[in-house]
Amino acid sequence: MRYSAFSIVSQALRGNRGWRPVWREPQPKPSYDAVIVGGGGHGLATAYYLAKNHGITDVAVVEKGYLGSGNVGRNTTIIRSNYMLDGNIPFYEHSMKLWEGLEQDLNYNAMVSQRGVLNLYHSDPQRDAYARRGNAMRIHGVDAELLDRDRVKALAPFLDFDNARFPIQGGLLQRRGGTVRHDAVAWGYARAADRRGVDLIQNCEVTGIRVEGGRVTGVETTRGFIGARKVGLAVAGHSSRLAAMAGLRLPIDSHVLQAFVSEGLKPLIDIVMTFGAGHFYVSQSDKGGLVFGGDIDGYNSYAQRGNLPVIEDVMEGAMAVWPGLGRVRVLRHWGGIMDMSMDGSPIIDRMPVEGLYLNAGWCYGGFKATPASGFCFAHLIARDEMHPVASAYRLDRFATGAVIDEKGVGAQANLH
Amino acid sequence: MRIPCPHCGERDRREFTVLGDADPVRPNGMDADPGAMFDYVYQRTNAAGLHREYWYHGAGCHAWLVVERDTRSHAIIGVKTARDVTLSRRQGGA
Repeated sequence: MRYSAFSIVSQALRGNRGWRPVWREPQPKPSYDAVIVGGGGHGLATAYYLAKNHGITDVAVVEKGYLGSGNVGRNTTIIRSNYMLDGNIPFYEHSMKLWEGLEQDLNYNAMVSQRGVLNLYHSDPQRDAYARRGNAMRIHGVDAELLDRDRVKALAPFLDFDNARFPIQGGLLQRRGGTVRHDAVAWGYARAADRRGVDLIQNCEVTGIRVEGGRVTGVETTRGFIGARKVGLAVAGHSSRLAAMAGLRLPIDSHVLQAFVSEGLKPLIDIVMTFGAGHFYVSQSDKGGLVFGGDIDGYNSYAQRGNLPVIEDVMEGAMAVWPGLGRVRVLRHWGGIMDMSMDGSPIIDRMPVEGLYLNAGWCYGGFKATPASGFCFAHLIARDEMHPVASAYRLDRFATGAVIDEKGVGAQANLH
Repeated sequence: MRIPCPHCGERDRREFTVLGDADPVRPNGMDADPGAMFDYVYQRTNAAGLHREYWYHGAGCHAWLVVERDTRSHAIIGVKTARDVTLSRRQGGA
């Protein structure tokens, strides 16, 4: 069923009894042209673009839990393309453009809200660094505005501008950045992929990758063997475990990142705001809760839950930049498992096993990349060549030295 | 999370700084081939389960420790000083 104002009205007039399940629940077939492991945002987007852009519809997405049960529902919903390095800007800008047309493309309301992303600066050197970043963005055709203190004050008058240690001097604003309802991204891609014939197979955990003569032939799962000419891994957080099934090691550590939601409040903040002197970012959801987060915990983890010191650190960051938050109560918090790559940038590439493809290493920036990640991964799987905007995301860049280190901290996964 | 330091006893995680995987051994820089160096610098086993890692007890005895921890539950299995681990490694042990 195509969603439209007409479909809503006509269903309402019939008592809303005509809505049907949004996707099928197929049994896995013995084999497919391509199997995508991971039914999160990136995996579902990959399946959708395989079908839409490349006409490959004999595709299964296998998911160990339910669709969208991993990081696509655990992030803080922010989209932006305010990167600085050549390898990153075109890719994230491609993603931003896909976000801008996503709802019409998928016929699904993902609540894409380009409310603006503001990164605060608190010192002269930081202003210079942001000016440089903004210039790099504008050279690539991405919008960026360097705001002085007064213009930031007009946007967010409630911030602590005269903080003794971290006075707010201004900010770098990307107006096209914003937020997207993250679950709806998974559901929208799932529905659109299903409508093009992709089999979405839930509660089906991959337990092994079958390789014969250096070539992948399929995946062992809890629902039996599924043959495939090509297998794409989109399981960020667990990429190392899947790669190990094919006998490979990756330049990735898994880490836990926590996120938080406050009680519902009246409209307080209509942009996404990040504190520049600590790690704290916040936006307000349409339900009224403040959605915020900060650093990863810093130690390897697959536990999907973090520890109290980081929670305290995030709250301290919040209080330093926005003291008014002191009276706000936190409603809930959770953790997600991130692929922290050794240079802080992702990997979309072939693996050393023929027919096996890797989409990994998203660190804690995977959500905003979802459309372009699927777009470029589908391109790679279908044509066996990297998409031009993702051509820097090679797996061998760590061996060749062509790393993409936005933060410039070197091969220390937990510092990116 | 509390870490039982061999010198100071069980202490809050806040007293420690984590470095990461303690298993990779640095090849001799002058003799190592680039492949071995790449392996040491970048490649990680990233185990879901037992993981040996370096922690520094900065707010305590200033010792580098090797903490064995379950990455699925954060349960700490054992702690040794990095010095002891290195010495036993040199003697051919684990």
